[in-house]
Amino acid sequence: MSENILSVKNLTVKYKSREIGTCNAVNDVSFDVAKGETVGLVGETGAGKTTIALSIMRLLQSPPASIESGEILLDGEDILKMPDAHMRKIRGDKISMIFQDPMSALNPIDKVGDQISEMVKLHLNLNNAESAGKAAEMLEMVGIPAARFGDYPHQFSGGMKQRVVIAIALACRPELLLADEPTTALDVTIQAQVLNMMKNLKTELGTSMVLITHDLGVVAETCDRVAVVYAGEIVEIGTADVVFEKRSHPYTTGLFNSLPDITGGRKRLQPILGLMPDPTALPKGCKFSPRCRLCDESCTREPIALRLESGTHFVRCLKMKGI
Amino acid sequence: MSTPLLQVENLKKYFEVPAGYLHAVDDVSFSIECGETLGVVGESGCGKSTLGRVVLHLLDNTDGKIIFDGEDITKVSAAKQKELSGRMQIIFQDPFSSLDPRMTVYQTISEAMQIAGKLSRNEIKNRVFELMDIVGLARRFVNTYPHELDGGRRQRIGIARALSIRPDFIVCDEPVSALDVSIQAQILNLLIDIQAETGIAYIFITHDLSVVKHISNHIIVMYLGQVLEKVASEELFINPIHPYTKALLGAVPVPIVNYNKERILLKGEISSPVNPKPGCRFAPRCDFAKDQCFAEEPEFREILPDHLVKCHFAEQFVT
Amino acid sequence: MLNLTTTAPEAAETEVTEDIIVVKQRGMFRQILDRLVRNRSAMIGFVLLLIIVVLCLLAGVIAPDGYNAQDLSAKFEPPSLKHLCGTDNLGRDIFTRILYGGRISLFIGVVSTLFSAGVGIVIGLFAGFYGGRADNVAMRVLDIVMSIPAILLAITIAAALGTGVNSAIIAIGIASIPIFARLTRAPIIQLKNEEYIEAARAISASKLRIMFRHLLPNILSPLIVQITINVALSIMLAAGLSFLGLGVQPPNPEWGAIIVSAKVYIIDHSYMVTMPGIVMALTVIALNLFGDGLRDCLDPRLKI
Repeated sequence: MSENILSVKNLTVKYKSREIGTCNAVNDVSFDVAKGETVGLVGETGAGKTTIALSIMRLLQSPPASIESGEILLDGEDILKMPDAHMRKIRGDKISMIFQDPMSALNPIDKVGDQISEMVKLHLNLNNAESAGKAAEMLEMVGIPAARFGDYPHQFSGGMKQRVVIAIALACRPELLLADEPTTALDVTIQAQVLNMMKNLKTELGTSMVLITHDLGVVAETCDRVAVVYAGEIVEIGTADVVFEKRSHPYTTGLFNSLPDITGGRKRLQPILGLMPDPTALPKGCKFSPRCRLCDESCTREPIALRLESGTHFVRCLKMKGI
Repeated sequence: MSTPLLQVENLKKYFEVPAGYLHAVDDVSFSIECGETLGVVGESGCGKSTLGRVVLHLLDNTDGKIIFDGEDITKVSAAKQKELSGRMQIIFQDPFSSLDPRMTVYQTISEAMQIAGKLSRNEIKNRVFELMDIVGLARRFVNTYPHELDGGRRQRIGIARALSIRPDFIVCDEPVSALDVSIQAQILNLLIDIQAETGIAYIFITHDLSVVKHISNHIIVMYLGQVLEKVASEELFINPIHPYTKALLGAVPVPIVNYNKERILLKGEISSPVNPKPGCRFAPRCDFAKDQCFAEEPEFREILPDHLVKCHFAEQFVT
Repeated sequence: MLNLTTTAPEAAETEVTEDIIVVKQRGMFRQILDRLVRNRSAMIGFVLLLIIVVLCLLAGVIAPDGYNAQDLSAKFEPPSLKHLCGTDNLGRDIFTRILYGGRISLFIGVVSTLFSAGVGIVIGLFAGFYGGRADNVAMRVLDIVMSIPAILLAITIAAALGTGVNSAIIAIGIASIPIFARLTRAPIIQLKNEEYIEAARAISASKLRIMFRHLLPNILSPLIVQITINVALSIMLAAGLSFLGLGVQPPNPEWGAIIVSAKVYIIDHSYMVTMPGIVMALTVIALNLFGDGLRDCLDPRLKI
């Protein structure tokens, strides 16, 4: 096995507020990212995907958020125990994050070239000319002519802005890239361009990536491994081909059955019944049990552990085939 | 064949902008029968939302005809227009901005009936509860405000509002784009069930090709205000002809690992809809563009039976 | 026509239906009231205001002799239990005069604010909703009005109309119209493009209905706050007018008028000025506290 660049162990994050109470955003989440690997975190709104990413970046607003327990090892070093100054150095240098909305991730009154070179200057100790050169090089790399160095963000379209954001994120050649719904705001043809570019860059630079998305299609195209997140828990994790083929957890099955099929004929969709549980009052046993067709009394008694299904495929379900 | 419920002929909508005219909808024609769904697909900025609003007469058209049930709604008297527009409704994309935050579920659903003034207070009340049952919204939510409900329930309110005065035809403007997949499936099933029962016709506007395939009978593909291809739903996915349609279909990520498909990566991005250049609007991004494509605008013609394409060289792309 | 009878399958699966449901039309008002009661600053302001208003209304009961009852044997008496705020140069009880004066001051404040809010909101609604040339003309006129300081404008109008309560109300009212018009217009321009306004148009709602039923309620909270604050401003403007000899004339005990008639004694008998001044300040603070608390309570998106 190759070495892990990132390893999240038993991460638990809660949001506490007096009005709403304690919101269990992330519950005992563990996963590893090997060098050069892309891991997809897939799930619906409110599943806790973004909270996981922000914990890794140590960008959670605290309060209200608090990391209750767990370790986040980056190259064997626990991020959660690092001094702030060291963390600032690591952010952008070793890990970078791309946010969903490219419009708000860029400073509207700064030239895009300057925004990239500022990043480079901060982390690589380059002088002005060198960092500008590096910035131009990055622009070319994401498919934007270096001549547009002096343009402002509003002169770019949505897809181009996302490319600029990616250029900033990759400027210091981070070892790990966290991409939070990087193409959700883009049109499909532009999404295809950006995904394609990201895949090529990843191979070229050997970057590892955590891709957060709700789009199973994007996962199928880009990820080596995938973790399905529901109500702050990983309910199924494994290599993308196995998870997509077996769909062992009833929630995973439900997600697939909810999707209109673009490749085959038309049949009635089978939505998952009901709604996501209230994170301030999660069910005691299996978090998915209130919506599950297979649920019985044993599912609601106590928290369910992740069980090995086969090889590297883990599922958090008692009703899983073969048990 | 019966006369179509809605017939749109050479519809144009230009917006005046400082640089000239923005061609939001440019020479669009189609017709819809009762109980049918017309899918309108295209990427942002292709004019699909404007098209829906012009058809409903929420925006005035620049040119062209909108014939609803035999009458051109742009030409009839104001009173008649009001009557006709009551039979056409709209469901919006954003379940958060499409409901008045100061109105309860009851007020929102009942408003159209109160304006119409044909029902008594009691009848309206019964109808509201009936509608809530139809869209699957528990009656206990009748006094709640939109912000207290989740996206799926809010979208159900929007659907109930659109159904309240028993329209013949509804424009669905990206009704499921803002929803999670499991909720999206619930709403799609609901829309299909309502259609099966009432024979209502939909214009279903979306950027999501798998959704449009699932729900439509016919599909038009729009690009920069124009229709590039119009064909029956299944046929579009089996046998797309226009290079843009092919690229669009190829770009959709399919949730199957190692799915082999033909992928044409489009170069560049959509050009400006302000004062578009003559010639084919897709030509600057088209791999197959020739001089003729930049010089003259292609005709929208029938290449195969019931399969219309706006491309000079459409015949070459038939497979 | 269409007929929807049976329930869609999902409906039966997703939601349980109950039978006895009462349609409440006043739910929101209750909610706001609930929140208001729990809001500390609003309650302090409200109680203070209530005390002042009730005392002023009961002036006839508390001081049956009236505000002009003189007792020349008890001139310039400092505050005591008998005369809570002391007596003035004619031996009139200042507390009594403040109470009676409060009626006039509060009346001017409330009526002039209602006048300016009514006119300003309607101008703002129409200007914002219709836009175009009418909007331009209306806003430029209001800009001109706004460019003149409120007190100068009020002085000019009051001077033209002559003295008295009515002309004070009109003068002060006109001076505040632009604030309300602007405060209405700006959010209207933004809101009129919201999808729920389009939805209202799609169900053939008339323009008036859209303006007053959909747009106005959604911009009401800043307006209500401005109204309470404007009452305070108007009371001060009215006092200013009286002080300058326009507005209400002595011996009518409007607060500004009480202060102006006491100004010559400020060195030796400063309580004659400070007592009505303190009451005025308390009223203004109470109104502002209440207005701020109200703003927090009026937004239905805030949950407690």
